[in-house]
Amino acid sequence: MTTSLQSVEKALIVEAPAAETIKLETQDLSFYYGDHKSLHEVSIPFADKAVTALIGPSGCGKSTLLRALNRIYNLYPGHRAEGQIILDGKDILARGADIAGLRTKVGMVFQKPTPFPMSIYDNVAFGVRLYENISKAELDNRVEEALRRAALWDEVKDKLKRPGTGLSGGQQQRLCVARGVAVRPEVLLLDEPASALDPISTAKLEETITQLKQDHTIVIVTHNMGQAARISDYTAFMYLGRLVEFGRTEQVFTTPRAKRTQDYVTGRFG
Amino acid sequence: MDIKRISRTLANTVFIGFCFLVTFIALAALAAILWSLIGQGFKGIDLNVFTKDTPAPGSTGGLRNAILGSLMLCGFAMLGAAVVGVLAGTWLSEYGKESPYARVVRFMNDVLLSAPSILVGLFVYELMVRPLHGFSGFAGAVALALIAAPVVTRATEDVLNLQPTALREAGIALGAPRWVTIRKVIWRSAGGGLLTGLMLAFARISGETAPLLFTALNNQFFNWNMTKPMSNLPVVIFNYALTPYDDWRRLAWVGALLITVAVLAVNTLVRAISSEGDK
Repeated sequence: MTTSLQSVEKALIVEAPAAETIKLETQDLSFYYGDHKSLHEVSIPFADKAVTALIGPSGCGKSTLLRALNRIYNLYPGHRAEGQIILDGKDILARGADIAGLRTKVGMVFQKPTPFPMSIYDNVAFGVRLYENISKAELDNRVEEALRRAALWDEVKDKLKRPGTGLSGGQQQRLCVARGVAVRPEVLLLDEPASALDPISTAKLEETITQLKQDHTIVIVTHNMGQAARISDYTAFMYLGRLVEFGRTEQVFTTPRAKRTQDYVTGRFG
Repeated sequence: MDIKRISRTLANTVFIGFCFLVTFIALAALAAILWSLIGQGFKGIDLNVFTKDTPAPGSTGGLRNAILGSLMLCGFAMLGAAVVGVLAGTWLSEYGKESPYARVVRFMNDVLLSAPSILVGLFVYELMVRPLHGFSGFAGAVALALIAAPVVTRATEDVLNLQPTALREAGIALGAPRWVTIRKVIWRSAGGGLLTGLMLAFARISGETAPLLFTALNNQFFNWNMTKPMSNLPVVIFNYALTPYDDWRRLAWVGALLITVAVLAVNTLVRAISSEGDK
């Protein structure tokens, strides 16, 4: 265990995005669950209006990293992050950072669909109503826009008053995407969003993600190599809480520099 | 080999037979109670029960004042217990969790949950009846609320603990403050379970007699005033059942039947709601 840890000490940043396109960036980010250190000084740049995939075997810290990016871990006492997470030039881990504001800027979609127990319309409008006081007509527009972005509008436009929990799993997940984009976040965090979906729903969701890239910076955690290869522009391979290799997705999958990355993307371990 | 199998089959049969017998004994007792209750209760039911107040022995009368009193006592009690219980249960589940203070609260709640109801009655007697120089409907409602609140607290905490963590995180991730997430998402998602807890608490207090003897006491007359002593079904049953007067004993049976039917109805409703939630 210890030898393998030491062998991946220095991360290989093969091709970082140009500095001016970096929207979000972690610098020497470490994360602790109580006394257990589960991220070790991870530095990853996330390019604006691009998809960055975080891959690696279970327990490698990719979800932990994702959950640091909107500070959702704050819910749990004992969870803490060290280092810096820079969003638009500001460190969101700094004392006094506006956390609620951060979360409207950084949306998140979870592994399992989490529709709220209310109508489809209210689900999408939930976040908007929290922070914006807009007219009914405007809100209608926002809901439609969000549902269109999530590629769900055509399927639900006639039943907006029906409960969101009545939709199929794939539709529920796209509803959650719509709910997330309705507040017009700049960054979207996706935590294995397709792992509970069938292939057809997955394909639709991937299409949605590709479209969302035009306006959002997207970070996606996935166990599915094919998915990472299909939809992401950059890929970060993590192992045992450390970043092993980061580069353009093409490069990471076709000419990985680290032995461990190669083993993983070719399916030799993981 | 064969002997082993036979002895195993035999042991199995004996055990199943024993279980069956024990279940039968338990059910037989329940059936006997219901049988005599329904037989005696229905015999006494007429329109007067709902339109006349508790009578003097020998004259015609009903249970109107006691029914109203019971509804008001339970209603006010549930109002108080719902507010305290739901908020306390929410705090335990969402904020207190395993903190030392929460552990103490949870333990105290469990103690209160199993406290003898007569103690609760005496406590409220000392707390309200003596200082205020008089029995009152409010004192009765407070006593019942003290019995119902821990039931609601426990049920609320349990049902909120069942709500998926992802749902909480999803609310928080949208930038919603925690209490907004709890109110608008978690409570709504747990709605059926919360209602079940409230109704079970109602069923629990609807037959309580001991705490009312020291607090609401009784009242022969029709009374809306919660600051005055208040008639109620359990105490009327208690008083009337012990008398030699046939018409009073008849009314006691009717009162018992009414409470049983009410509790049965509430329990059936609870089952309907919770099976709805399973779908």
